[in-house]
Amino acid sequence: MILNMGPQHPSTHGVLRVLLEIDGETVVRLMPDIGFLHTGIEKTCEAKFYQQVVPLTDRIDYLCPLTNNLCYVLAVEKLLGLEIPPKAQWLRVLLNELTRINSHLVWLGTHALDIGAMTVFLYCFREREEILRLFEMVSGQRMMTSYFRVGGIALEPPLGFFDRVRDFAGYFPEKVDEYENLLTGNPIWGMRTKGVARITAEDALALGATGPTLRGSGVDFDLRRDMPYSSYDKFQFKVPVSQEGDVFARYMCRVQELRESIGIVRQALDGMPEGPIKADAPGIVLPDREKMKTQMESLIYHFKIITEGFSVPAGEVYQAVESPRGEMGYYIVSDGTAKPYRVHMRSACFANLQTLATMCEGRLLADVVAAIGSIDIVLGEIDR
Amino acid sequence: MPLAPAITTLEELKEHPAVARLLSWNAASVEGAKYDRDEMSIYVERGSIREACALLKEDAACPFNFLSDITCVDWYPSEPRFEVIYHLLSMSKKERVRLKVRLDGNSPALESLTSLWPGANYFEREVFDLFGVRFTGHPYLRRILMPEDWEGHPLRKDYPVEGYR
Repeated sequence: MILNMGPQHPSTHGVLRVLLEIDGETVVRLMPDIGFLHTGIEKTCEAKFYQQVVPLTDRIDYLCPLTNNLCYVLAVEKLLGLEIPPKAQWLRVLLNELTRINSHLVWLGTHALDIGAMTVFLYCFREREEILRLFEMVSGQRMMTSYFRVGGIALEPPLGFFDRVRDFAGYFPEKVDEYENLLTGNPIWGMRTKGVARITAEDALALGATGPTLRGSGVDFDLRRDMPYSSYDKFQFKVPVSQEGDVFARYMCRVQELRESIGIVRQALDGMPEGPIKADAPGIVLPDREKMKTQMESLIYHFKIITEGFSVPAGEVYQAVESPRGEMGYYIVSDGTAKPYRVHMRSACFANLQTLATMCEGRLLADVVAAIGSIDIVLGEIDR
Repeated sequence: MPLAPAITTLEELKEHPAVARLLSWNAASVEGAKYDRDEMSIYVERGSIREACALLKEDAACPFNFLSDITCVDWYPSEPRFEVIYHLLSMSKKERVRLKVRLDGNSPALESLTSLWPGANYFEREVFDLFGVRFTGHPYLRRILMPEDWEGHPLRKDYPVEGYR
């Protein structure tokens, strides 16, 4: 029998359609059908200036908007050859790790909710509320922050921001203990997740999986540690790796990543350097508003950047970052004008989704829900 | 920090492990190479792309075991019109390389890499859907992002940004 797990479904985490060929309760074949959220962002980027693309990038992987911003902005800075001041880099790391925690909390809440543990959902979203308030403090927006700019950060964080992050980092590890209390030793959770939707390391590598989907099968590779960017090499953190390759292994990877991320946040707070938050590049980076209102040159630069954009020397670049889902990359081709010629987003979930068929064929129908949750898909990233 | 100028002559770049490997196998397969902004790009001849990827995947010195991305750029109206880009990653050596294949505008076709990396499946379907480049040997070459009955290839440069519908 062919069953349609349609685009509208509470457990597909977005508009994902999965065509299932089932024999009783066993899945014989599985084929995902995507494209319901395709909005042509890659094409739209070709019609906008480089700085106008930043808000578009937020909406691609809408659960970790700052990570998308970071990847795009790093790619353009690589094209330009800009050097970013240390304070901006450390702030980017701090916010990137808060975003990682944010995304993993949504993943944990919805994944547990699909499998039946409804309390975890409320607990995770309670912590997420505080992180969203932190983002609102710093950028004015809870989710689609667009806080990073080519050349640094948009605005100085307000007074009291770092204290509030420090308070959050103070109580967050106990909350992770709370989630683990509910799930990790729980026999029902174990029966639903251990040995379920297993994938070997060779299969995961061959299918292009990255992130916790790959690390859950024993491959120790994390772009933050192995190919560091934005001063990640100055931070100490462990990369959690599990060996079994099942849903429980990926769950453990991500829960440990929650702990590691809050450790990085604390290191960033303790060691935050002083200095400017934007690079010294007058034709590319917008000047401070005070300068813009009092100095003629700053006003002219401001006007030129907003109305004509800044031109980027011709060339191409591929910049990858470690998003909560895996390797997110931006491939930008520039033809020397102020608008990118081609922007391609290598989305982690697009490749990770290919592992779903290998994970679920021959297994029970209920395991498909657990597997979709464990890959942690975001349709915005898959469909763009 | 000003950008270092790009190195574009094959002579200067032939020591790079990926370039050297491909040149030692078949010198005609490498049409050119470029080292720009700390990234290596190799222009590979159209018929040898699958062999080239297989060799780089099994290379002893620097195995590029992971296929990061397959995408395409449309250089309309200049010919060759399409440029299919492959990004390979060596997880053990932490190196990336970019392979580029130039294709003509009328009926662009290329050999599929799904026999080497099953993960190339979705990437090649996306390139087919949005650009119209066919991949021979692909198990299921259908549109993936656009609806099945869509006409036209949206990311081509002669397709308007606002679309037709």
